[in-house]
Amino acid sequence: MAESTRKNQPLLQVKNLRIEFPTRRGTLVAVDDISFDIDEGEVLGVVGESGAGKSLTGSSIIGLLEPPGRVAEGSIELEGRRIDNLPYEKMRRIRGNQIGMVFQDPLTSLNPLYTVGFQLIETIRTHEDISERQARKRALELLGEVGIPAPERRIDQYPHQFSGGMRQRVVIALALCANPRLVIADEPTTALDVSIQAQIIKLLKRMCSEHGAAVMLVTHDMGVIAETADRVAVMYAGRIVEIGPVAEVVRNARHPYTEGLMGSIPHIGHDVERLTQIEGTMPRLTEIPSGCAFHPRCPKVFERCDKERPDLMPAGKSWAACWLYDEAERDRLRALEEAGEAPWKQRAGAAGGA
Amino acid sequence: MHIEYGKDTGVHMGRVAAGDAAGDGPLLRAQDLAKIFDVSPPFLNRVLQREEKSFLKAVDGVSFDIPTGKTFSLVGESGCGKSTVARLIVGLYKPTRGSIEFEGRDMASITRRGENSALRRRMQMIFQDPYASLNPRWRVGDIVAEPIKAFGLARSGSAINDRVGELLMQVRLSPKDAAKYPHEFSGGQRQRISIARALASEPEFLVCDEPTSALDVSVQAQILNLMKDLQRELGLTYLFISHDLAVVYHISDYIGVMYLGRLVEWNEARRLFRNPRHPYTRMLLDAIPDLEMTGRERTPVAGEVPNPITPPSACHFHPRCPFADERCKRETPMPIRLSDGGTVRCHGVEEDRLPAPSETIRKA
Repeated sequence: MAESTRKNQPLLQVKNLRIEFPTRRGTLVAVDDISFDIDEGEVLGVVGESGAGKSLTGSSIIGLLEPPGRVAEGSIELEGRRIDNLPYEKMRRIRGNQIGMVFQDPLTSLNPLYTVGFQLIETIRTHEDISERQARKRALELLGEVGIPAPERRIDQYPHQFSGGMRQRVVIALALCANPRLVIADEPTTALDVSIQAQIIKLLKRMCSEHGAAVMLVTHDMGVIAETADRVAVMYAGRIVEIGPVAEVVRNARHPYTEGLMGSIPHIGHDVERLTQIEGTMPRLTEIPSGCAFHPRCPKVFERCDKERPDLMPAGKSWAACWLYDEAERDRLRALEEAGEAPWKQRAGAAGGA
Repeated sequence: MHIEYGKDTGVHMGRVAAGDAAGDGPLLRAQDLAKIFDVSPPFLNRVLQREEKSFLKAVDGVSFDIPTGKTFSLVGESGCGKSTVARLIVGLYKPTRGSIEFEGRDMASITRRGENSALRRRMQMIFQDPYASLNPRWRVGDIVAEPIKAFGLARSGSAINDRVGELLMQVRLSPKDAAKYPHEFSGGQRQRISIARALASEPEFLVCDEPTSALDVSVQAQILNLMKDLQRELGLTYLFISHDLAVVYHISDYIGVMYLGRLVEWNEARRLFRNPRHPYTRMLLDAIPDLEMTGRERTPVAGEVPNPITPPSACHFHPRCPFADERCKRETPMPIRLSDGGTVRCHGVEEDRLPAPSETIRKA
């Protein structure tokens, strides 16, 4: 135990995680060899477009991968203890107790047949050996903490009597009721109206820092990440293509995909006739390109990209999985670019002419 | 003129100032448009449970102009009535009150079938969900050809095929895609197919109801770019419905902000963002996550959109408004004209008692 509380050990360590879906037509690799850490109290944002594998990464950590999906390789460690190979009952104990979860749609994560209070009290008593009355008191406190007006009255109501924003508040209370060390929030604001989104993000951040929980925030909304996260991991086709401090990734995107993604977000106050456009579409899992999966869409592709797959390498203050940041290539490419002969020039010219 | 019930006289909410619009009149003018749905329980329940009839004012006196070749956007949260306005305009609903004029002609006055269909050909709609709006059993070619056949724009099979190929090229797809089925395409490509279908009848006016809300950001950028290109190439006029203010900023010339069935503020797009007047507009702008990471402290406004069946009295926004006073609870604010050409419905603005919008949201 002394080991696990050592300061420099991350709370969560994901190493070389690979998630596969065996199908009749062969094995699909949805998440391919990704590694990252989350420190205590840290907010890690995970962004990417649909199909990038970000939600699957979240569900594998909490042990809720839908079969036939399975963790094929790698390990997940919480406070130095492996949790990816635990039997069902043991994992069930960790879920909620040490890892909390907030899903996208609060209507499906609450049971419509039970009152909000019943669900809170049941969850609290599953994880803590306290009386019903004490649990009810805790539930009331929690509801108050997440900003539900008149909790004494609301606690005996059913989920359908709550509005979307209020429901998501209840879900946050549920996720935090056993004081977990880590909360996985999967698109917590996507189903909500804009004015409510800001409230919920603020609440999630405040509650987690008050309860000392780290957060893995999975979302497709870069704005939410920019406001909430300390670090951000950008995923593309089952891989982390860039990871780094949030300010660095937002302002100085290193990977061409991140760069394109940032440019494609419309900005208030930026008058541009056209948004940056990433040509093509995200590859299907059955047709992931060789080498760097982004190479067919990349504006800076060169010879090496379709042959070898890049791993994360240092790029400024972040890490990017891109050959542009390979030491040998970097110098060679810089020289070529200065001479006006960058290898991607040709391709850009050809595409422009077509 | 067409204003009835003595409502919303005075200032036409979204009238484009004379110098602003190119050409003469606007392409489309909505005047005091209203749609009230009867959401009463069945008769027997009403009698037995002594319940009153209840009505939902989805749209309540909305007026605006859309000049030819421009984009007018309606923004607001779910339940504010923006999609109902879209459906009223393309004729999917009949307005309870008010009028819609297309090129100065009142749509309600057109009763002859042929004339009606000639007018309908000129306005088309793009829907939010490209998975639900394309028939999965039809080939893409048939989907895109349907308006051509329905309006008799081409007769022979080969002429129709040529036209379909041309339309698919126009939305940056391949003519060969005509033989495929919708499930073979990604969300963004399906939305391109919807656009090709909408363009098939050679319309001048497109109503786009959240066309990019179901798409990923990089795909959204592709669709928004395509829509802007098409507008330039074909001189289209857009009514754009969205809840995403950044998208709206990017695409619009004029913007109307709706709250619970009413247009609460209208202005030229850049001016609206630079100087938002209505407290609700300010709140929406303040709620956008900050990508620039200026570290500004946002103050999320408390509360949620109330139930539209029983909206708050007078100014519907007063329970959530930090500047509301007694008058706001008693008296419905009427549209007032602003010095920069915009219009707003707010007592606070009229009495000039609102503080200037915070620095942070004026960065636009």
